[in-house]
Amino acid sequence: MTASTPAPITPEIVAEHGLSPEEYARIQELLGRDPNLVELGIFSAMWSEHCSYKSSRPHLKTLPTEGPRVIQGPGENAGVVDIGDGLAAVFKIESHNHPSFIEPHQGAATGVGGIMRDVFTMGARPIALLDSLRFGHPDHPKTRYLLNGVVKGIADYGNCVGVPTVGGDIYFDACYNGNILVNAFCLGLAKADRIFLGKASGVGNALLYVGSKTGRDGIHGASMASAEFDDSTEEKRPTVQVGDPFTEKLLLEACLEIMKHDWVVGVQDMGAAGLSSSSFEMAERAGMGIELDLDAVPRREEGMNAYEIMLSESQERMLFVVLKGHEAEALAIFEKWDLDVAVIGRVTDDGIYRARENGVEVVNLPIEAVVTGALKCDRPARKPAYLEKMAELDLSARETPEPGEALKQLLGSLTLASKEYVYQQYDHMVRLNTLVLPGSDAAVLRVPETNKALALSVDCNPRYGYLDPYAGGQIAVAEACRNVICSGAEPVGVTNCLNFGNPENPEIMWQFQEAVRGLGDMCRFLDIPVVSGNVSLYNETKGEAIYPTPTIAVVGLMEDLDRRCTQGFKEEGNTIGILGNSLEELGGSEYQKLFWNECCGKAPRLDPETERAIQRLCPELIRKKLIHSAHDCSEGGLAVALAESCFTGPRPLGMSINLKGGIRTEALLFGESQSRILISFSEGSLLKIKSLAQQAGVPFTVLGRVMGRKFQVKIDGNEIINEDIAVLHDIWQHTLSRYGNRVA
Amino acid sequence: MKCGIVVFPGSNCDHDCYHILKHVLGLDVHWIWHKDEVLNTFDFVVLPGGFSYGDYLRPGAIARFSPIMKSVIHYASGGGRVLGICNGFQILVESGLLPGVLMDNRDQKFICKNVTLRVENNDTPFTSACQPGEVLSIPINHGQGRYFTDDETLKRLNGNGQVLFRYCDAEGHSTEAVNPNGSLDHIAGVCNEARNVMGMMPHPERCADPLWPEVDGQKIFQSLIQSSLTTS
Repeated sequence: MTASTPAPITPEIVAEHGLSPEEYARIQELLGRDPNLVELGIFSAMWSEHCSYKSSRPHLKTLPTEGPRVIQGPGENAGVVDIGDGLAAVFKIESHNHPSFIEPHQGAATGVGGIMRDVFTMGARPIALLDSLRFGHPDHPKTRYLLNGVVKGIADYGNCVGVPTVGGDIYFDACYNGNILVNAFCLGLAKADRIFLGKASGVGNALLYVGSKTGRDGIHGASMASAEFDDSTEEKRPTVQVGDPFTEKLLLEACLEIMKHDWVVGVQDMGAAGLSSSSFEMAERAGMGIELDLDAVPRREEGMNAYEIMLSESQERMLFVVLKGHEAEALAIFEKWDLDVAVIGRVTDDGIYRARENGVEVVNLPIEAVVTGALKCDRPARKPAYLEKMAELDLSARETPEPGEALKQLLGSLTLASKEYVYQQYDHMVRLNTLVLPGSDAAVLRVPETNKALALSVDCNPRYGYLDPYAGGQIAVAEACRNVICSGAEPVGVTNCLNFGNPENPEIMWQFQEAVRGLGDMCRFLDIPVVSGNVSLYNETKGEAIYPTPTIAVVGLMEDLDRRCTQGFKEEGNTIGILGNSLEELGGSEYQKLFWNECCGKAPRLDPETERAIQRLCPELIRKKLIHSAHDCSEGGLAVALAESCFTGPRPLGMSINLKGGIRTEALLFGESQSRILISFSEGSLLKIKSLAQQAGVPFTVLGRVMGRKFQVKIDGNEIINEDIAVLHDIWQHTLSRYGNRVA
Repeated sequence: MKCGIVVFPGSNCDHDCYHILKHVLGLDVHWIWHKDEVLNTFDFVVLPGGFSYGDYLRPGAIARFSPIMKSVIHYASGGGRVLGICNGFQILVESGLLPGVLMDNRDQKFICKNVTLRVENNDTPFTSACQPGEVLSIPINHGQGRYFTDDETLKRLNGNGQVLFRYCDAEGHSTEAVNPNGSLDHIAGVCNEARNVMGMMPHPERCADPLWPEVDGQKIFQSLIQSSLTTS
């Protein structure tokens, strides 16, 4: 295949490139001629769902993206939020689902590498990572292998680069048997007036290629991530890239060093669709053209052609635009760090992309047409038929296990059990900023050289999204914010990763649309901007789609790091109370899944007014030092939240509470009603808390006391649960490690 | 007091050591780039944690050939004090400045968590600020920290008081259950015979900032400061 002798483009070649006949006609119309094979490859990658967001863009436009703190909203490598003191928080979440299912270790590792590059291309030093992971049923033959592979991939990459992985969330559900989710989040810190953008401006400025050499790995990774899986999925292993965290570390340090200079014009990571997407997008944002010499691109192997060079997704590569005349200074910095670097082209002013190979022009494309010319997809949406069937939940014929036994089994379910097995494999302390270690509602990091801290949380309950995609989106935002609130911080920005099935199916499109509407409404209501995000569609195998999973990561700001709060009970004798109401809700709960093996009924109802009132009250209680712990009441309900607070203080503590009945026992103990926060406090603070709650219109109930070595629950004075705290703790703490370490 | 921190490509705890030595302990701290070949008049030198050269081949195996290691060996042979933390410890054993090897953890997994150590010998420049038998709480963070050596060397290490730290429980008892990585004889840190070179897998710089309640790591650095004051 030589690109210079134009091979005829047949309908088969078009189809192999994942382009529809209509899309090909559109290319012919835009160019006024047939593309050559290299050009077709570029269109294929750039117009893939993964790069073009063609199905999702109209809906994403509805999200609130502005606010007084926003420095950079969606559309760049990452979002940027002002946190005062001349500093900015730079963050984004991104999926690496498809590659991680095919090759869990490298798939997850390169996901972490990619999201870090998105953050440091903005001029920020990455200070924290989170990972939101979804695996199939624990008994599925691939689940353990995928869990261990993904966790090791994240650990090997993040640990080596020296960015702490401080939190995340993990769910196990059969809906992910054929499509796991790996969503990686990175937070960085930058000077607010030194943010770098992906723009190739200034005629004559140099295009600098930096980082690893280009190899044949990952060609058409973007296209792979834009199709469903079938029986040939295993054969797609070669489209997964291989990560080199050592080069990433050098690249990180070199980039931050070069960015101290004023002659850096723009920079972008070569992520999905590699050199093509980075150079096209940078030129398009500046309204400029590009002239590229492919022979200058550092290559890993001999004989690579233009097609492969343009579409390789080799990792750890960046494209810089440097002011003309400063090339030598730039080269010297990268050479100091032993990185491959080369001037590969120049910025031109005519909006045309020209690439030469052996002196012959192999690409001549109008840049705007490639970047923005994809056919708009107004995909039809239809409410899924399954929703009618499961709207009503009839509990009359259900057998209910003994509550103490139920609690033990819930604490031992992999979704609810401690994630210590996972986070102990991650370096979560490096850089000395981690004030609250993994295992509380939110991770808290100090902002170096200030008295401030940032709190981070990532969340999404896919079962709620399945029962009601709108509620799923809404609750994901509310809960991630609630986690951040419980740590004492105020949410200042959201980034989202929208994981769904095949958008060509109208029912999936409806789920997508509703979830985006729900999360947008909730962000607007709580007044938190969405500053970055990512969409991952086609998470579907042989027609089986994942549950809608709109993962939300929230960054919160704490003005005084001494006002931080954690979820664990601190002291014997403290009073336990709850903000919010427990309703008779079991739809979509872990209890329902575990004991009745079903996911049906209604998702928990979220009342935005109540949620906001609670999210305003809790930080006030923390600021006034009235409470010693705050814990979001979520999966597994009140009983599990209580147990977690017992386990996660300075040492495990027991408790004794009495609940008021009135609703089904299992709903009272294990139902997942929203807008509830479990708190503990010294008795002396009771009256103050009561009066503040009353003023805020937030229901507040005293439940009992932190005491003894038992987990004792009464309902209307009758003992319902009385278990040894050590026994419960052991189940909760060790279940996941026993699962992960088992030799199948 | 002047000290240096060696920066290898892939070092990633260098900034943390710098922060503790400079901002918390107030020393005059200098970066030493791995391509440098001279060590000036430092009171002590730190080889920090991280993944020098990506830990490719084997942790420390490539770093030992770095130009700076010639100078480190020369500096140590003249009595200069060298502290290797985690990857720094791995580099010190690979370069022959300390006996033994560091193998994959017993469970073949990376471990990041707080552990407790017993001080076995406080008559060294690295432990003089500790009480004999004192239990320190310091985090570990490694995939290859399982110390191993032959019987004869182990006997010699024990006989000479070269084992400075052993993993133990909060009461100071060493058992397999509290040995996080399967290290031989629960060893967490050793020094050379001349007692001027020490390597330890736990990270004292991670528990030395008064922002956290635990500052046991300060004792290692304070020992170095005290002993430097008395000898200079």
